[in-house]
Amino acid sequence: MPTSMRSIMRDAVGIGVGVASYGVSFGALGVTTGLSILQTQFLSSIMFTGASQFALVGVIAAGGSAISAIATALLLGFRNLPYAIRMSQLLEVRGWKKFAAAQLTIDESTAMGLAHEIEVDGTHGGKWAFWATGVSVFIFWNAATLLGAVAASAAGDPKALGLDAAVVAGFVALLWPQLTNNYRKLTAALGAVAALVFIPFVAPGIPILIAGFVALALGLRQKLSGDH
Amino acid sequence: MLWMPVIVASLGAYALKIAGYFVPQKLMDNQRFRNVSGLLPIGLLGGLIMVQTFANGMSLTLDGRLLGLVVAIPLLLKKAPFIVVVLSAAAITALARYAGLNY
Repeated sequence: MPTSMRSIMRDAVGIGVGVASYGVSFGALGVTTGLSILQTQFLSSIMFTGASQFALVGVIAAGGSAISAIATALLLGFRNLPYAIRMSQLLEVRGWKKFAAAQLTIDESTAMGLAHEIEVDGTHGGKWAFWATGVSVFIFWNAATLLGAVAASAAGDPKALGLDAAVVAGFVALLWPQLTNNYRKLTAALGAVAALVFIPFVAPGIPILIAGFVALALGLRQKLSGDH
Repeated sequence: MLWMPVIVASLGAYALKIAGYFVPQKLMDNQRFRNVSGLLPIGLLGGLIMVQTFANGMSLTLDGRLLGLVVAIPLLLKKAPFIVVVLSAAAITALARYAGLNY
């Protein structure tokens, strides 16, 4: 195995280990929200896109309707569509591999694929980086979910473990690196304010959708040239 | 009953992913599509943070979850990795509750 592939492999495993801690929280949270271990595991293997999974469980836990839980999860998962379009270019997959690649198209695998698309020495490690990261995250995420779900159903109050605060911190950490310019910061701030203001007036789950609507409106009125 | 949202949302999430491997690449040339898909998760995450921190059903509350925000922001300013942010928030909140924070 060439050195560059070995270093990609090491990064892929590192990212897998990193998401595992969050996966344990997800497993525990899913079960304490009232999902069975099987349902929690289903989300980690079939839905397999962390923020949407947390959002779905979060809206259900908050007493939101099934429809608003689904809508929130899908709106958050919408970013996987442009990721997939981009990865389809990079991977040049055909046949059944398209369906496997689609399942593994998430933040981490896309970021690694793009980071290694053109290496410094002119080689192309993007495909390898995408598959290695996708498979690594899939394995670690699912194993961690199972661990968390089993542990939480055996014992433990998620609040005593600080898991509810960890979810908040996790969402902040997911948002943080995306705040790369003032328009993006404005969008996050207005989404936050809109959700906060509506919490007392609309059913649980709806405030998040209102934040999504604010982002949609800001996206439509954003300048068409450049990313100001 | 919980199977319905679990299955529908999971299949929907997969549909969004697989669609990307079949739609024309030209969609990515559309600046409006790129703007909206770039900003959507940002606004939603902003809203989710508020709801996860302050909502209790339809009322606003201040409780230990606020520690998640209070711990995360300075760590992120110091460029701490994701895992450190999440584990610190859990550990500090757990300790605070163990020490007697009753929220």
